[in-house]
Amino acid sequence: MSHLLNVDEQLDSMARALTTLLTERRIESPRLVGIRTGGVWLAQALRERLHIESPCGELDIAFYRDDFSRMGLHPRVRPSWLPFETEGEHLILVDDVIMSGRTVRAAMNELFDYGRPECILLATLVDLGGRELPVQPDVVGQKLSLRPDQRVKLRGPQPLRMEIHDVPVEAS
Amino acid sequence: MAKTPGSLQHTPEGELRHFISIDGLDRAMLTRILDTADSFIEVGERTIKKVPLLRGRTVVNLFFEPSTRTRSTFELAAKRLSADVLNLDIGTSATSKGESLSDTLLNLRAMASDMFVIRHAASGAAHFIADAVTPDVAIINAGDGRHAHPTQAMLDMLTIRQHTGAFEGLKVAIVGDIEHSRVARSQIRALNTLGVEEVRLIAPDTLLPHKPEALGVRVFSHLEEGLRGVDVVIMLRLQRERMETALLPSEREYYKLYGLTTEKLARTAPNALVMHPGPINRGVEIESAVADGPQSVILGQVTNGIAIRMAVMSMAMSGQLAERQRESARNREGTRS
Repeated sequence: MSHLLNVDEQLDSMARALTTLLTERRIESPRLVGIRTGGVWLAQALRERLHIESPCGELDIAFYRDDFSRMGLHPRVRPSWLPFETEGEHLILVDDVIMSGRTVRAAMNELFDYGRPECILLATLVDLGGRELPVQPDVVGQKLSLRPDQRVKLRGPQPLRMEIHDVPVEAS
Repeated sequence: MAKTPGSLQHTPEGELRHFISIDGLDRAMLTRILDTADSFIEVGERTIKKVPLLRGRTVVNLFFEPSTRTRSTFELAAKRLSADVLNLDIGTSATSKGESLSDTLLNLRAMASDMFVIRHAASGAAHFIADAVTPDVAIINAGDGRHAHPTQAMLDMLTIRQHTGAFEGLKVAIVGDIEHSRVARSQIRALNTLGVEEVRLIAPDTLLPHKPEALGVRVFSHLEEGLRGVDVVIMLRLQRERMETALLPSEREYYKLYGLTTEKLARTAPNALVMHPGPINRGVEIESAVADGPQSVILGQVTNGIAIRMAVMSMAMSGQLAERQRESARNREGTRS
C-alpha cells in the first residue's frame, strides 16, 4: 500500500477548472451532489472552495446498479438525501473514481427520478480509464493507469487521502 | 425432511431468499431489513417513486383470503420496484375448478414468475410452498392462518424505531385477541429478537394462547395494570366472529374492559405510541379520540408497510438470484465432468 497524489492540491485544481467551466457556461448557482461515500467527501471539500451556499446532496446508487442480477442488493444501503429541488437546476455530480462509467450512469438515472435538471457536470478526482460506457468527466483531478493487481481507495473524511493497494492476483 | 424456518429462508451464504416468518432470523438480519426499508421511505418521497431493482421480474400476488391494505401495499411495493405484477384472487378461480394448490403454483412458475406473495388461511402454507413446491421462486408470506404475518410485524418495528430511535429499554404492550392473531405472534418474536426490555400481553384468558409465558412475555388480564409505564401500545383488531363462539360476552363488555380510551392511555409512559395493524373497529377496541389523537401512529404504519415490503421483496429476490447463479454454475460443472 502506498499513498498517492496530494488530494488537497487536486481539489484546488478541480475547483479552478470548475470555476472556469461555470463561468463559460454562465452557471451562477450550481448544486453539488456526491456519490457515496468518497464522492460526498469530495463534494463537501469542493463546496468550500467554490463558496456554494446550498448543502451537498448525497446519492446512494444501490437501487440503480445494473449488476443487481449478478451481485444482488448491497447489504448497506442508506437513504439518498437531496436537500434541494433538482428540477431546472445545474448540478455538479462528484465521485472519487471513474472507470467503467456504470456508477455515473446509475447516479444519473437516480437523479432524473427527482426531476429534470437543466444540466449535469461530472467531476472526479481520479480517472482510471477502462470506460465501458460513453460517459466522460468534465473535470478530472488526475488520470492514472494502474496495473491489474492494483486498486485505489479514497480514505477520509479528514484528512482526505488516496491509497493504492496491491491485491493478490488470482491464479489462473 | 422439512427444513427449519432459519435454513429455509436463508441461502447457504446467509442471505434472505424467502420471507416466511420472523423465526430463524437474527437481530442483524431484522436490522438490515429495517435499514433497507429506511432507504425505500426516501424513495416514496420523490417525484418519481420508483427504482429499477426488479425491472423485468414478475411478482404474483396470491391471496387465498381477502385483504385490502396488505394486498394493495404489496402491489404498490412491487410496482415501485418496477416489477410486473399479477394479482390473483385464487378463491374465485382455479381452485374452484378443482385444481390443487400445487398445480396452480407450478402453472404460475411455468409463466416465469420470480416471486409469490402468499396469503392463505392455513398455517404453514407459505413454508410448505417454499420448501416443497416452488423453492426456486422467492416466497413472501403475507399472512398464513394463525401462524405469522412477518411483514406486518416488521412495519410495526420500523414505526417503533422511527419514533423511539432504539429498541433497548422499551416496554411494549400488545392488547386484544392474541390467540387468533398471526400479527401478535410475529410481533412478539420480532420485539424479543430486537431486544426490547419487556413485551406484555394484555387480554382476557379466553383470548390468550396456551402457556403464553413460553413466548417470552409478561401476561396481564387488566388493561389499566398492564399499560402502566409502557412506551408502546399495540391494539389488535377484535375479530367479531369470536363473539359467536362465546369467547367474549359482548362488544360493549369488551370495550369496557379492554378498549383503549383517553383515560386508560394516561396510564402509559408519557407520549407512548399507539399502534394498530388495521382495520380498526372504532368504539370496540379503541376510542376514536385515541385512534385519531396525537399519540397515534396508525397511518404512519401504512406508509411504512410499503417500504418494508419493498425491502423484503428486493432482499429475497437478491438472495434468490444468487442461488440461481450457484445452481447454474453447478450445472455447468456437471456437464463438463
